[in-house]
Amino acid sequence: MMRQILPYPLLSLGMLILWLLLQQSLGLGQILLGSVVALFAGRALAALQPEQPRIRRPFKIIHLMGLVAVDVLWSNLAVARIVLQGRHRKQTAGFLLLPLELRDRSALAILACIITATPGSAWLEYDAVRGTVLIHVLDLVDDQEWIDTIKHRYERLLLEIFQ
Amino acid sequence: MSETILFWTIMVSQFLLAGSMIAATSRMIRGPRAQDRILALDAFYVAAMLMLVLFGIRVGTSVYFEAALVIGVLGFVSTVALAKFLMRGEVIE
Amino acid sequence: MTEIPVWAAILVGLFALIGSLLTFIGCMGLARFDSFYQRIHAPTLGTSFGAIFVLAASIIYFSVSGQRLAVHEVLIVIFVSLTTPVTLMLLARAALYRDRAEGNGNVPAAALGKDTVVKAADDL
Repeated sequence: MMRQILPYPLLSLGMLILWLLLQQSLGLGQILLGSVVALFAGRALAALQPEQPRIRRPFKIIHLMGLVAVDVLWSNLAVARIVLQGRHRKQTAGFLLLPLELRDRSALAILACIITATPGSAWLEYDAVRGTVLIHVLDLVDDQEWIDTIKHRYERLLLEIFQ
Repeated sequence: MSETILFWTIMVSQFLLAGSMIAATSRMIRGPRAQDRILALDAFYVAAMLMLVLFGIRVGTSVYFEAALVIGVLGFVSTVALAKFLMRGEVIE
Repeated sequence: MTEIPVWAAILVGLFALIGSLLTFIGCMGLARFDSFYQRIHAPTLGTSFGAIFVLAASIIYFSVSGQRLAVHEVLIVIFVSLTTPVTLMLLARAALYRDRAEGNGNVPAAALGKDTVVKAADDL
């Protein structure tokens, strides 16, 4: 019964919060209207029948978000320095082929978003057969260091959350 | 006092954003490939969106916020459509 | 412009300056870098903390001057930080696809048996 009304509780909650933010009010009418929108959004997504991700440890997500925010801030500064150095700097950009243990599709999507959103690294292509991903790195001095960073910082956490 | 601080800081920030729009435009003109131009268009959209937010602070109304939101949505949709077009629309064969 | 306390004005100005400076450096990188794959890193400066700082300035200004919490700028932050990786990934894959199809030598080859276009380009 509960599953039929609210197939995706987190998504519906997010929609309600978005609605209230957009309306800039916490009035009863807006909450009711937002709930209706959220309910229909949940039903609409259920009609698409997406693959349901299994989240084992939801609280690790907060840990991951904090980690990503700090890393993005530092790499912002690092890339800003590289841009300001201009042409005097020797070229260190390069491609990197990274083996991954992660197989869950939602987890891979999150990893791709994290890596691309971080300035200085960009996710280019995932090979599902071999489980490798092609990444372009702006400041590639030591291959192994980057592989270790991504595998130990993000992949381990994502594995804990999803598998 | 606070008005002077706000006036000058917002003005300098707007000049910086205008500079970033100029830099993005120069990349859009120079290219050399279509993907470079689309990337520059995406950066241009973001700078324009932030510029509108600063206009809102300067004038003191939150009307500009809605315009910024619309620009953000439009920028996303158009960049995705153009990237998709590059994938399948113009293939050398 | 409505009158706001000096501390708020300094905070708003500082955040606006930092945010727009980051965006400016990002766009400068876009104009300066030599190859497409380097340039793809540049706009993320503006869309991550560039946007966050400018929108934080806007939140502080409207919250202080309007005497009520104005947080709908958070919407733009969420939206921009969710959509930028998607557009950049799509664009990067399109660029990779085009470079391989044309046989530009400076990109890594596709995985075997996955992309037949590369083989066709090699035969030419």
